[in-house]
Amino acid sequence: MAEKVLMKGNEAIAEAAIRSGLKCYFGYPITPQNEIPAYMAAHLTKKGGTFIQAESEIAAINMVYGASCTGARAMTSSSSPGISLKQEGISYLVGAKLPAVIVNIMRGGPGLGNIAPSQADYFQSVKGGGHGDYRMIVYTPETVQEAADLTMKAFDKADEYRNPVLILGDAILGQMMEPLIFKEPSGRTFDKSSWKLGNRKDRPSHLINSLSLSEGVVEEWNWELKKKFDLMTEKEMMVEEYLTDDADLVFVAYGTSARICRAVVNQSRKEGYKTGLIRPITVWPFPSDVISKCTRKTKDFFVVEMSLGQMIEDVKLAVLGRASIHFHGRPGGGIPAEPDIMKQLKEIMKK
Amino acid sequence: MKKVYERNNIALDMPSPYCPGCGHGIIHRMVMDAIKEVGQADNTIFMAPVGCSILAYTYLDLDVCQPAHGRTPAAATGVKRALPDSLVVLYQGDGDLAAIGTAEIVHAVNRGENITAVFVNNAIYGMTGGQMAPTTLEGQRATTCPEGRNPMLGQGYPIRVCELLQSLRGLYYAERTSVHDAKNVLKTRKAIKKGIENQMAKKGFSFIEVLSPCPVNWGMTPRKALEYVEKEMAAYYPLGEFKVDGKIV
Amino acid sequence: MEHKIIFAGFGGQGVISMGNLIAYSAMAEDKNVTFYPAYGIAMRGGTANCSVIVSDDTIASPVIASPTVLVAMNEQSFDFFIERIQIGGVILANSSLVKKKPARDNIRSCYVPVNDIAEALGNNKMANMAMVGALLKSSGVLKLDTVFKTMQKTFPAKLQKFMDINQKAMQHGFDAAELN
Repeated sequence: MAEKVLMKGNEAIAEAAIRSGLKCYFGYPITPQNEIPAYMAAHLTKKGGTFIQAESEIAAINMVYGASCTGARAMTSSSSPGISLKQEGISYLVGAKLPAVIVNIMRGGPGLGNIAPSQADYFQSVKGGGHGDYRMIVYTPETVQEAADLTMKAFDKADEYRNPVLILGDAILGQMMEPLIFKEPSGRTFDKSSWKLGNRKDRPSHLINSLSLSEGVVEEWNWELKKKFDLMTEKEMMVEEYLTDDADLVFVAYGTSARICRAVVNQSRKEGYKTGLIRPITVWPFPSDVISKCTRKTKDFFVVEMSLGQMIEDVKLAVLGRASIHFHGRPGGGIPAEPDIMKQLKEIMKK
Repeated sequence: MKKVYERNNIALDMPSPYCPGCGHGIIHRMVMDAIKEVGQADNTIFMAPVGCSILAYTYLDLDVCQPAHGRTPAAATGVKRALPDSLVVLYQGDGDLAAIGTAEIVHAVNRGENITAVFVNNAIYGMTGGQMAPTTLEGQRATTCPEGRNPMLGQGYPIRVCELLQSLRGLYYAERTSVHDAKNVLKTRKAIKKGIENQMAKKGFSFIEVLSPCPVNWGMTPRKALEYVEKEMAAYYPLGEFKVDGKIV
Repeated sequence: MEHKIIFAGFGGQGVISMGNLIAYSAMAEDKNVTFYPAYGIAMRGGTANCSVIVSDDTIASPVIASPTVLVAMNEQSFDFFIERIQIGGVILANSSLVKKKPARDNIRSCYVPVNDIAEALGNNKMANMAMVGALLKSSGVLKLDTVFKTMQKTFPAKLQKFMDINQKAMQHGFDAAELN
């Protein structure tokens, strides 16, 4: 059996990426994700991979674009302000149908904000922070183990769909150390010979771009992208349901907020409240059906986010007025406290 | 019968997408010739910019990567690092390289990326319809400086890119040439070839700036445009080598 | 059983090392554990703290709203966190620097002069190790033997020569700790 190790989330993501066959990592310093580039500088280069500390987050995502063109597994990571700078590149990656893994270890915003944990980049992540009609799978791990597992999965899914995949964590996930066991990567291989650049022999030339000025071409190509997005919606949604079967009230939260809600569920059940938790593991595709189905037996949903309330909009769309939705949010680096949530829970349950 | 001219087979059999009198066609041709002469057509990745030459792929039979505006040197870095034995040719215009992508070119050069850059300086934004470029000359008119570029109005000075990059230790070779007449076209041809040979010998970053006419957006006839390159542009942007074998010339 | 421990003190007092050691040792005992540092303010003389949860069950939140144990290496940390300790929890204070007594009577306390213990051993850097010993005794979070073994496993080669004095400090802290 593989050895149990104690690692920070950031380091576990970096190690999992290397084990997944990452060839090129490009990044730029920003707290609280600095352990990722540092880990890559120390370990990826030893495995024969490329690490570059780029001149900016913009350059880094475009280096990813270039490396991915050649079929190499490529990755970048940053935190909120830096991820804003990468939005142009993400749109281009989708447009050019290039696989890539992007990690956002969120911090407080808007603006330079602070370096405390946050979940305020939800809209940016799932509604497209860049321009154009695009989607990408967004994984939201809640433990260091899951961060490593989902990183491995992200590389496969990026290659499978020829689309960037985002790992969305917060500063707690990045900074926290937890024991984990690295799983074996899937070993899946992807034939990129029909599109990748370089080493051309007896084949037509390949072009990687996202432009066509001919009438109708970009529309047609958007319809093609939609088929891909629909397939992701159908096949890639991941969710955990925790004690929802008999629940009178169901929390909806992801990542660190979900961990906090899990504590509240456990505590409140001890005190006689039937609560449960729906934890989206992908926030895109969003587990709308699971929430929707849950409205048949649960009339109160309690959304907890480290923001002013972003995911709650998707919960509302899933619930469609069939149940009450309550909210507890802490913006700007605030962390929801279990006693506060518990207090609010008891008030809701009184009614 | 002796064959004295042959179409380069890297060029697809179709009309050039460029305006009459434009310098891109000539420069493309010289890049194609150099790639063919070193026998690297199957091993080349042509990095197209955003600008008029974004359309290069429409008639170059090469693998082409076309990234976001100004980011081509960063993307070229990614390509080259992932495939170090490929021939990576970076082709950028003045807006792409010297305005929006200044950071990317400076740092790609500074890292000494082993790639060959062809920088086409026609002192104007062509594709978007003739706006002021970072290299637009003082007094030269553009849609966004209709009275002529005036640094005193806060429009800045024309940037001399070879001179700007010259001090960077990552730069192995830099030369400014022009395509305003046959003699200079041949010099350009030689410089591009040298830049490509440098890359194959893993020497580091080679940078060839080519002064090129844009008659349509300059509002000139093609002949007048060539004269403008020779008399006005070359006067401000001196032709010649700036760096050879890693040493400032 | 779930121990929620906040380690706090000046930067340079080895607060993060204490948390690290407990986290590694907890893993060795096959417990669930989370370690969460206050990051980005790592400077000598500044404040430092980290949160470590050691549990037999899955750990829900790595964030500690109210600790079962507060390890206060200095008075600022005492002041900052004292009100957050759970009812029935423990204040474990470095009495060489913390002179105040808690103004609440629903927690237990354990005062150990870890700076003095370290100085008596001739190395004032050992204060944090003495505190780890005191923590093990007063909370029962892990076995002393596990922590000794973890130190042998995790100390880098250049620190191995300090193993004896580290373990001695820990033992002295352990012996000196009395929970009131």
